[in-house]
Amino acid sequence: MKLNNLSWIMLALAVLVLAGCGGTQTRPDSGAQVEERGGAEAGGAGGAQTAGIRGGGAWQGSPLDNPDSPLYVKVIYFDFDRSDIRPEFIDKLRAHADYLNSNPQTRMVIEGHCDERGSREYNIGLGERRANTVRTFLEAEGVSPRQLETVSYGEERPANPGHDEAAWAQNRRAELVYQ
Amino acid sequence: MKKLLLFALLLFHTQVQAITIEITQGAEGALPIAVVPFGWKGPAGQVPAQHVGEIVAADLARSGRFKTLPVGSMLSKPTAADQVDFRDWRALRMENLVVGEVKPNGPGGYLVRFQLFDVYRGEQITGYNIPTTARDLRATAHHVADIIYETLTGQPGAFATRIAYVTDSQEQGKEVIALQVADADGYNPQTIVSSAEPLMSPAWSPDGSKLAYVSFEKGRPAIWLQEVFTGRREKLTSFKGINGAPAFSPDGRYLALTLSKDGNPDIFVMDLARRSLRPLTRHWAIDTEPAWSPDGRFIVFTSDRGGSPQIYRVPVSGGEPTRLTFEGGYNARASYAPNGHELTLVTRVGGNYRIGVLDLNDNSLRVLSDGRLDESPSFAPNGSMIIYATRAGSRGVLAAVSTDGRVKQRLAVRAGDVREPVWSPYYQRERNR
Repeated sequence: MKLNNLSWIMLALAVLVLAGCGGTQTRPDSGAQVEERGGAEAGGAGGAQTAGIRGGGAWQGSPLDNPDSPLYVKVIYFDFDRSDIRPEFIDKLRAHADYLNSNPQTRMVIEGHCDERGSREYNIGLGERRANTVRTFLEAEGVSPRQLETVSYGEERPANPGHDEAAWAQNRRAELVYQ
Repeated sequence: MKKLLLFALLLFHTQVQAITIEITQGAEGALPIAVVPFGWKGPAGQVPAQHVGEIVAADLARSGRFKTLPVGSMLSKPTAADQVDFRDWRALRMENLVVGEVKPNGPGGYLVRFQLFDVYRGEQITGYNIPTTARDLRATAHHVADIIYETLTGQPGAFATRIAYVTDSQEQGKEVIALQVADADGYNPQTIVSSAEPLMSPAWSPDGSKLAYVSFEKGRPAIWLQEVFTGRREKLTSFKGINGAPAFSPDGRYLALTLSKDGNPDIFVMDLARRSLRPLTRHWAIDTEPAWSPDGRFIVFTSDRGGSPQIYRVPVSGGEPTRLTFEGGYNARASYAPNGHELTLVTRVGGNYRIGVLDLNDNSLRVLSDGRLDESPSFAPNGSMIIYATRAGSRGVLAAVSTDGRVKQRLAVRAGDVREPVWSPYYQRERNR
C-alpha cells in the first residue's frame, strides 16, 4: 500500500542548551553535609563527671546520670495518637523541672517523636504537640521558657526501626536533651 | 524555538542505583501492540547505547494499557513503512504496529523517525521525525511513547516525566538521607541533596524546574527551594517550630506551607516574589499538608480540629474551611487529581493505612492499595496513575496503581528505604504537528 498521506511532522524538539549548565556539574551547596547531632541518650549536662564508681552509697557524678535518680529517665512515652503525659512519667518530669529550676543556666531541647503510622507531616504536628505538652508541664512547674526549646521530628527518627506494636510504643516519645 | 528543559536534567553526575519497576498486576483488555526494534542507519560500529524501540515498548507495557509483543514472536522486523507486510501482524492478532529508525544527524545528533499503524485497516495513524542528541535519546524514546499513548488512548502520556523521592540508606556505617530525582521509568536517578538529618516533603514547581523540601540539616526544620538543573538553592523559611509541607500554587507564584511559629501548626501562603506570608488557617488544632486545586482557587489540608485527622477545603482567599472526608477515623495528605474532581489521600481501613481516592462530586471514597502502611500518594500529571510509598517486608519501597485500581506496579531500589514519591508535572514542550 502507498502511504500517500505520509506527512512527516518535524517535532522540533530543541536541543537543549541550558544556559549555564556547563558550570553546574558540581553540587554547589554542600551545606547539607552536616555535623552530627548530639546523641539523645548522652544526656550529660555540661561538665558532668560520670567517672565516679557506685560504691558506698553516694553518687559522685551528675544526678542526670545516676541510674537511681528519676532524672535518669530522659525519654517519656505516649499512647497512640495521644499527647497527654502518662501518670508514670509525672514524677520524672517533676524531677527534671526541679533540676532545671535549681540550674537556671541549663537548657533543654524537648524532641517530639511519633510512630510511623499515618502521614509524615501530620506526624510532625503530632510530635510537636507531644513536645509542647512536656514544655507546658515543665513551665507549670516553674521552669523558665528561656531554658526550653522544642523540635518535632515526627516519624523521621525512630528509636526502634521495627514495624510492630512493640517498636511503635518505643517510638511515640519525647526525648529530653540537656544542652 | 523555546528551550526545552525536559531533556537537561544533568544534575551533578551523582549516579546512583536505578529503580527497577515490576508490574504486579496488569489490566485485562490491554491493547495488543507490536513495537519492532528500531533500525540503525549509521555506521555499524556506532550503534547508540539506548535502544529506542525497547524503551518505547517498556513504557507502553508498564502503563498496563498495552500488551506488547515479545520480539522473539515477530515474523518480520520492518523498520520503515515500505517493509511492512500487514499480514504478518494480523496473523499475530496485533491491533497496532510501531516501526522506526534512528540515524546520525550532525555531530552528536540523531534523527528518530517512527510510524504507528492500524494493522487491520493497513494504514498509518501517525508518524514523526524527532531530532535529538545522544544524551537525550532516552527522553526522546519516552516522548515517542507519549505520542503513541495519546494517539491510541486519547489521554496524554506521562512517560517523559520524572519522580522525586527520599532515600534512606547506610553508607560506611552512617545513615544517609537523600532527595533524588529519576526518570518516571526509574532510570537515571540522581541525588540532588543529601544529609545525615531528615529530608522531607519534596514538592515540584509547576514547570518541573524546582523542588521545595524540608531539611533538618541544622538540627531544626527549614524549607529550602532548589533549582533541579543547577543545584542552586536558597532557604525560604526557618521559623521557630515547624517549617513543613511546602506546595506550589499551579501558577508557581505562591507556596502554601505549614508553620507553627505562632504556637501551633497553621497553613500559610507565601508570595514567592515578595517573600511575604499570609496566614490562611488559624486554629488550635494541627492544620498541615496543604495542596492546591488545579484552578488555584482552593487549598485542601489535613486538620484534626474535629477530633481526628480529616481533610478540609478552604478558599485561597480565606474563609471558613469545609470538611470533605467523613468516612473512616483517619484521612490525611490529600492532593488533587489533574481533573480537579478527585483527591488522593491516606485513609485508615481497619488498622491499615491505605491510598484512597475521594470523588468530590458524590463524596465516595474508594481504596486503591492493600498495604499496612501506605502513604504519600501523588498523581501522575495525566491522572492515570498514583505513585505512593509502601512497605515490602521491612523495606520502604514505592508502588504505583492506576486510578481505576486495575494496574499495579512496584518500584524498588536494591538497598535501603525509598519514600515520599512525588510525580513531576509535564515539562514544557512543543507539541505542534
